Amino acid sequence: MTDPAPDSAHIVPWQYSPAPVPRELANLRSHYRMFLGGEFVDGDGESLTSINPATEEVLAEVSGASASDVDRAVAAARAAFERSWGPMPGSERAKYLFRIARLIQERGRELAVLETLDNGKPIKESRDVDIPTAAAHFFHHAGWADKLDHAGHGANPRPLGVAGQIIPWNFPLLMLARKIAPALACGNTVVLKPAETTPLTALVFAEICEQAGLPAGVVNIVAGADDIGAEIVAHGGVDKIAFTGSTEVGKRIRRTLAGTGRKPTLELGGKGASIVFDDAPIDQAIEGIVGGVFVNQGQVSCAGSRLLVQESIAEELLDKLHSRVATLRLGDPLDANTDVGAINSATRLDRITELTDAGDSEGARRWTSPCPLPDRGFFFAPTVFSDVQQSMRIAREEIFGPVLSVLTFRTPDEAVAKANNTSYGLSAGIWTEKGSRILWAAQRIRAGAVWANTFNRFDPTAPFGGYRESGFGREGGRAGLEAYLDV
Amino acid sequence: MARTHKLYVAGAFPRSESGRVHPVHDSRGEFLANAAWASRKDVRDAVVAARKAFDGWSEATAYNRGQVLFRVAEVMEGRRAQFADEVVAAEGVSREAAESTVDKSIDRMVWYAGWTDKLAMVLGTVNPVAGPYFSFSAPEPTGVVGVLAPQKSALLGLVSVVAPVIAAGNTCVVVSSTERPLPAVTLSEVLATSDLPGGVVNLLTGDAAELAPWLASHADVNALDPTGAPESLRADLERSAAETVKRVLDVRHGEPDWSGDPGVRRLREFTEIKTVWHPVGT
Repeated sequence: MTDPAPDSAHIVPWQYSPAPVPRELANLRSHYRMFLGGEFVDGDGESLTSINPATEEVLAEVSGASASDVDRAVAAARAAFERSWGPMPGSERAKYLFRIARLIQERGRELAVLETLDNGKPIKESRDVDIPTAAAHFFHHAGWADKLDHAGHGANPRPLGVAGQIIPWNFPLLMLARKIAPALACGNTVVLKPAETTPLTALVFAEICEQAGLPAGVVNIVAGADDIGAEIVAHGGVDKIAFTGSTEVGKRIRRTLAGTGRKPTLELGGKGASIVFDDAPIDQAIEGIVGGVFVNQGQVSCAGSRLLVQESIAEELLDKLHSRVATLRLGDPLDANTDVGAINSATRLDRITELTDAGDSEGARRWTSPCPLPDRGFFFAPTVFSDVQQSMRIAREEIFGPVLSVLTFRTPDEAVAKANNTSYGLSAGIWTEKGSRILWAAQRIRAGAVWANTFNRFDPTAPFGGYRESGFGREGGRAGLEAYLDV
Repeated sequence: MARTHKLYVAGAFPRSESGRVHPVHDSRGEFLANAAWASRKDVRDAVVAARKAFDGWSEATAYNRGQVLFRVAEVMEGRRAQFADEVVAAEGVSREAAESTVDKSIDRMVWYAGWTDKLAMVLGTVNPVAGPYFSFSAPEPTGVVGVLAPQKSALLGLVSVVAPVIAAGNTCVVVSSTERPLPAVTLSEVLATSDLPGGVVNLLTGDAAELAPWLASHADVNALDPTGAPESLRADLERSAAETVKRVLDVRHGEPDWSGDPGVRRLREFTEIKTVWHPVGT
C-alpha cells in the first residue's frame, strides 16, 4: 500500500538557492598511489576507479595493492614497530599525534570536499561532523600516548605490534581516525585498507603523516577490494585485526583468526531501535528520529532504523514525521543546503531497493518523501514504512539506507522486548520526559550505545561498540585502548 | 561404599539425561567414586537454566551479589577438610599443599566478592564529551557464559574461572575437570547450600572435549571461556563461536599459574561496556 503525499501545506513552501561548495577545494588528482614504508608507490594489484556516486563520473584512478604489496606493508610496519615507533617514549608519540590532528584541521576544507565527492555524503556532514571528529580522535589519543599506565589496564601495558585495519566506506576518514589514533597512541604500527569505493581521503591522510614527519612504516595505507582485506586478515605478520563492516564479513574474519591468538575487534551491523513513549517531547523526538536514520543517507550501522512508538501517539507522530521528512532536501552533496546526499554505490542502492520491495510485498505501508530525485547518480528518497511487523525483513535486516520501519507498542516492557528482539546490539534511542523511565529502559536495552532524548552522538572520549552480533571491543575512551594493548 | 555423584543444574542435582556415569580415580589410579557423565542434552538444559536465572542475577544489586559470593566463601570454609582431601586425591599433592590451595580458593572467592560493587567504578567512566551531554559508560554482564574449567587445578582453577563470571553478573554453564571432578561436585553442594540462586552456576561433570563444541556453537551462550578445553580443539571452538559472534576469552598456551594476581582481565572480558547519553540543558 502507498500513502498519498502529505498535504502540501506541510511542505516548506520556499525554495533554496543553490549554495555549492567549490569542488576545487578537494585538490582532486587523477591518480592516487598507496603509502608504504613512508613512500607513495604504485601497487602491483588491480587499479581501482573511484567514482562520484552523486554524478557517476570518474574521480580518480587509485593504484591497488597485490598480496605481495601487503607483505611489504606488513614488513614495513614490523620494522617501524621494532626500530622507531615501538621503542619511542609515549611523550614523543603524543607529539606526532597532536601534529596529525592539527594538520587534519588545517586541511579540513580540502578533506571535507574530497570526502563528499568520493562518498556522496552531504558537505555539511563531512565538514561539520566527519572531519572535525576525526581530528578530535587524534587529539584525544595524543594525550593517552604517555598516560597508558593510568588507563586501568595495569602498569606498563605493552602494544600488540602490527595492527591490520579494515574500514568501511560510510565514514572513510572518521573510521580511519578511530582505528589509527588509538593504535598509534598505544605504540602499535598499522597497515590500513580503506574501502574499495572510498580510498581518497585515506591517501591524503598519508600525505598528512608525511607532513607530520611520522617515521616511515608507522602508517601504511594499501588500497584494494575485499581480497586485499582478506590478505591482511590472514597475514601471519599481523598481530591484531580491527574491522568495521558487515556482520557477515566480521564472522568470516573471526573464523580466519580462530586459533591464531591474534586479537580481533569487530564493529559490525546493527538494527537500532528508537523507543518513543507517549510523554516524549514529540518535536524533539522527531528531530532525533530524522537525524537517527536519515543522516549519511542511513548508511550508519548504529542508525535508529526501527522506530517503536507507543500506540496512543503513533498516528500523531507519524503525521508529523511525514511532514518533517518531506522537508529534507535531497540532491547535490556539495550543496551546503543538501540534507540527503547520494547512496555510496549502485550495489548499495540495489540492496536498499531489494529490501524496500520486500517491505511492500510483506504488507508494510510505504510512504516516500515527495522530494525530486536527480537524473543521474545513486539516490534513494527518504522512506518510512508503517504497519511493520517484527517478522518482516525490513524489521530484521540492516537496510543501510534512508529507510525507517515503524512499529508500535503498548507497555514499556513490550517496548524493551521489541527493541531487544534482534541478533544485533549496537544502538538504541529512548524518548520520554520521565527520567526514571529513561534509566529503566537504558538498563534493560542490550546495546552498546543508548541515546536518551538524542541520537547518533559520538565523541572520542565515549566508548562505542556493540553487544551480541554487532561485534566486540570498543572504540574510544579508556575502554577503547584495550583493543591495542597486550592486557 | 562408592557414591555416584550427580550434575548440578538449575539448583537441583539431576542425573545425566544420558544415564552415563564415569569412574573417578585418584592421582595413583585408585577408584574414588562415580561421577555423572554429562551429555549434549545436559548442556542444553543447563543453558536454559542459566538463561532463566540471568535476569534475576544480573539485576540483583552489586551489594547483594557481593554478599552471596562472600557467603559461598564461608560455606566453602566449612568444607575445608573435605576440599583438602579431594585436592590431595585429585592432584596428588601433599596435605599441606592441598590445604594451602583450599585457603587460596576461599580467598579467591572473597576477592571476587569484593569486586561486585567496584567493577563499574574501575571499568566505567564519565565521558567528558565535547558538547552539552551527560555521557557515561558502565560494564554490564555479557549474559550466559560457557566455562571449560581447568583440567589440572581442580579447585583453585575452578574457583578462579567461575567467580569472576558470576561476580560480574553473568550466569554460567561450567564443565569441570574431566579426570578431577570431585572438587567441582563438592563446590556444587556448597553453591546449593549458600544463597546463590539456582541456575546462576550450573556444574556439569563430563568430558570437556565432548561438551565444549556444543557450548561454543550454542546460539544462547554469549561468551566462552575455553581454558580447560584441549588446545587442539581451540581453533575449532573459535570457529564455531564466530557464527554467533560469541565472545571467546583469549587463552594463552598452557594452564595459567592460578596462585598469581588475577587482575581484572576476566571481569573485563565477560562484561560489555554500555555508553548512555542524555542532553544537558534547562
